[in-house]
Amino acid sequence: MPLLEIRNLAVSFETSTGPFKAVQGIDISVEKGEVLAIVGESGSGKSVSMLAVMGLLPDTATVTADTMSFDGIDLMTLDISARRKIIGKDIAMIFQEPMASLNPCFTAGFQIEEVLRFHMGMNGKQRRARAIELFELVGIPDPAQRLNSFPHQMSGGQCQRVMIAMAIACNPKLLIADEPTTALDVTIQKQILDLLMRLQAENGMGLIMITHNMGVVAETADRVVVQYKGRKMEEADVLSLFESPKSNYTRALLAALPDNATGDRLPTVSDLIFEPAPGAAA
Amino acid sequence: MSVIVEGKNIVRDYHVPGGLLKKARTVHAVKGVSFSVEKGKTLAIVGESGCGKSTLARIITLIDSATAGDLIIEGQKVDIAKAPLTAEMRRKVQIIFQNPYGSLNPRQKIGDVLAEPLKINTDMPASERNDRAMAMLKKVGLGPEHFNRYPHMFSGGQRQRIAIARALMLNPSLLVLDEPVSALDLSVQAQVLNLLADLQDEFDLTYIFISHDLSVVRYIADEVMVMYYGEAVEYGTREAVFSNPQHDYTKTLFAATPRADVDSIRARIAAKKAAA
Repeated sequence: MPLLEIRNLAVSFETSTGPFKAVQGIDISVEKGEVLAIVGESGSGKSVSMLAVMGLLPDTATVTADTMSFDGIDLMTLDISARRKIIGKDIAMIFQEPMASLNPCFTAGFQIEEVLRFHMGMNGKQRRARAIELFELVGIPDPAQRLNSFPHQMSGGQCQRVMIAMAIACNPKLLIADEPTTALDVTIQKQILDLLMRLQAENGMGLIMITHNMGVVAETADRVVVQYKGRKMEEADVLSLFESPKSNYTRALLAALPDNATGDRLPTVSDLIFEPAPGAAA
Repeated sequence: MSVIVEGKNIVRDYHVPGGLLKKARTVHAVKGVSFSVEKGKTLAIVGESGCGKSTLARIITLIDSATAGDLIIEGQKVDIAKAPLTAEMRRKVQIIFQNPYGSLNPRQKIGDVLAEPLKINTDMPASERNDRAMAMLKKVGLGPEHFNRYPHMFSGGQRQRIAIARALMLNPSLLVLDEPVSALDLSVQAQVLNLLADLQDEFDLTYIFISHDLSVVRYIADEVMVMYYGEAVEYGTREAVFSNPQHDYTKTLFAATPRADVDSIRARIAAKKAAA
């Protein structure tokens, strides 16, 4: 049984001009210990489908799915209090903007201990010890001191490490990383990706990487789902995706990589995609 | 080939005033950087955040003055700390910023955005300003229907096109691009890079292209300068820097760039299997 199984997920938002379909008919499954990458450009619905799993979408969103189950638990029928016990503990998420996802009013230590208090019911001493352990794990130097730092006193890379420490605090079974390195420099990106891959291998957790960077996909994923305009264009293991992409869109994405530029001009997606996504309403 | 812009030993220090508990200190943002770019060429400046590349961009764009060193634009030595900038010099250098959402006034229509540089810098009549704005809009791949729209009605890639159009309104000879595509999606990035290449050919523009994305730099640059803690640790032609990097930091940078080719994926999967 897959760790996370989603069948025929659709998300639409209520707007003044009628419902807007952000995601249509997406199937995603992640096995235990597997790294799945979801690739697509902005507006492809890659974040929205994961926010639906987390239950973080606003009230204007309507989520429907044939199946949405995590570790045997049906997420569609789960009530809010039961969901809160799972979210942040067994499923954790890392967001794109590390600076914006930490609360500026509280120290990093307070925020990480809050997770431990809520989900693990640890006492103060245990929490402190675990927080220091986590900071060491994600490679923050001088952890005992750093716990007392506020987010603005740390760099973007450090904040992202704090976010990762918080996400893995309760040894989640599934970690969803939404563009975890997009705001970071390449050298820091490399460190963060290495850290995520090491933690994933050590804990054997499932990892979903949401990204638009094909390089990140190539360096991390086992399997890849390509999304475009709310629909799944292709799903393949990472090697066959790069070797022999099946859909036009994937081919276009790969051709648009400056690494693969052959002539003077970069082919763009619109050069290669003439037909709209199947069934996509204009 | 004429040299459009030349920097000799440019230094920029920032003085951070002390407070009750803090001593005053000096931050050396740029520590003696020299470069020169010929007409129609692209110099890429690469480095991580805080390495001084944006400070250098501000100095070249004549927004900020250098603490020491010479900046020579089209054979003329410029120092905005000593003499006020002439309107003519102001027109020669333009800049495009990273975030197209932040660099356009949300309450200004696109036509006005494009006409404003002409309004400030020239005494052209309004009708001619509008004609030029319309022509430029077409040149960057937008249509006449976009003329009366507001910035929020555009996507990120379109906004970056508008920022490029605005920068080109005064026919500058030098364009400083501060991470122009790092906020854009891969496919949109390709379109904007193509546009920049086309415009460079058409107007014989000189680019100073600031980026931390080596794959983009490799695609667009003629010469590459790698900055690290305010110093230029590597400076040479694209071929030389990419094929034979000298400095340790450049090597680190190359090693950190994710590779998207099939061979490296194969190697990674094999390594993972071996570890399991």
